[in-house]
Amino acid sequence: MFHRFANPARFSRIAARVLPWSAAATIALFVIGIYFALFASPADFQQGETVRIMYVHVPSAWISMACYTFIAVMSAVALIWKHPLADIAARSAAPLGAGFTLIVLITGSLWGKPTWGTWWVWDARLTSVLVLFFLYLGHIALTNAFDNPQRGARAAAVLALVGFVNIPIIKFSVNWWNTLHQPASVTRLDAPAIDPAILTPLLLMALAFTFYFLTMLLVRMRADLNATRARALRLSAAE
Amino acid sequence: MIGLILLVKRELGLALRGGTDAVMAVVFFVLAAVLFPFGVGADPAMLPRIGGGIIWVVALLAAMLSLERMFSSDHEDGSLDLLYLSPVGLGTLALAKALAHWLTTGVLLLIAAPILALLYNLPASAFGALIVSMLLGTPILSLVGGIGAALTLGARRGGVLLALLILPLYIPVLIFGAGAIDGAVAGRPIGPQLMVLSGFLLAALALAPWATAAALRQAIE
Repeated sequence: MFHRFANPARFSRIAARVLPWSAAATIALFVIGIYFALFASPADFQQGETVRIMYVHVPSAWISMACYTFIAVMSAVALIWKHPLADIAARSAAPLGAGFTLIVLITGSLWGKPTWGTWWVWDARLTSVLVLFFLYLGHIALTNAFDNPQRGARAAAVLALVGFVNIPIIKFSVNWWNTLHQPASVTRLDAPAIDPAILTPLLLMALAFTFYFLTMLLVRMRADLNATRARALRLSAAE
Repeated sequence: MIGLILLVKRELGLALRGGTDAVMAVVFFVLAAVLFPFGVGADPAMLPRIGGGIIWVVALLAAMLSLERMFSSDHEDGSLDLLYLSPVGLGTLALAKALAHWLTTGVLLLIAAPILALLYNLPASAFGALIVSMLLGTPILSLVGGIGAALTLGARRGGVLLALLILPLYIPVLIFGAGAIDGAVAGRPIGPQLMVLSGFLLAALALAPWATAAALRQAIE
């Protein structure tokens, strides 16, 4: 099952077939999600309309962590089985993850100003997300730092695994340290501590962000494969 | 074990004969720390409060200065390939390199730190915390730094890249190292910070040589 997708040509074919569907799902989910987030959900009785920032902030935060986990798993797969697509998946996911992390930081800052009264506090979760952003930047820089792309991919894979220690720290920082940032209210063992009227748009937006991430990942992976092929063709033409 | 000792001896011999790297790191450490009072003002009441943090930040930067050369000279002249083929494993090599790096920079920073503490007007009660936190923290800098040095081996613009990779990983050491000194200045118990630092040190001692070895293998192949 695993090795069937090791063939880049087969992967490209499957990706081409999946892409229109995932793109359509992304658009549909965004339309429904944004409708729910902006119109069909109540404003918070304390925070007012600013609570709607959550529908962008929280899904981006989930994706930014899930993306790093994805990169770490792909890196392990690349290092252990030398799976050719795992390198490309990790390389393609890193800029997406960095983008989502930047969105988390910016929206969090915009949300913090009206509710906490400050753009930024040196709180455990905020700081560890900032570290995650720098880990992404380091990963991207290391991938592109070598003349031999293979060497860059392998070095970045080791870095991704080393940096993975940060993910549990981010996830549990709000439970371990008593900070300004509120603790997890959706992913708890008992029922979520969020009203269904707010939870529905949140989950819809999370789904929309996930499909957007998957679509962009497929696009970027195909582009990467095509770029490699173009380079190989140019090299063989030059000989 | 014998291999480890021989490798450390080799590194120390090279450092003693060849370079002024280690001395430069200490000079940088003192000079950079001296800059801060010019920038933020030399209020004798404020300096003890920020002194611990500044000494730690500057120590991170100073330890990073000589990291780039940890493997690169061996990589360039081919001795890294010979060490790879030798019966001593890459993990042992990574540990020996980190140990030698600590002996040639970390220990010197440790000796210079009390002088900076005097300049920053730290109370005498904080000196113990400063020494112990540096003693526990600086080996972590060398061990984790080894991973970065191995990863950037042969990279373009290796120095800047190394800073980008390693500084985020140094943040926990900075938090607890500076936290211990601040606690001592304020008269709070500092046991928890030192215990967390010891935990980091043990984890780094167990895991960092292994990760460095993995990174070296990618660089050599």
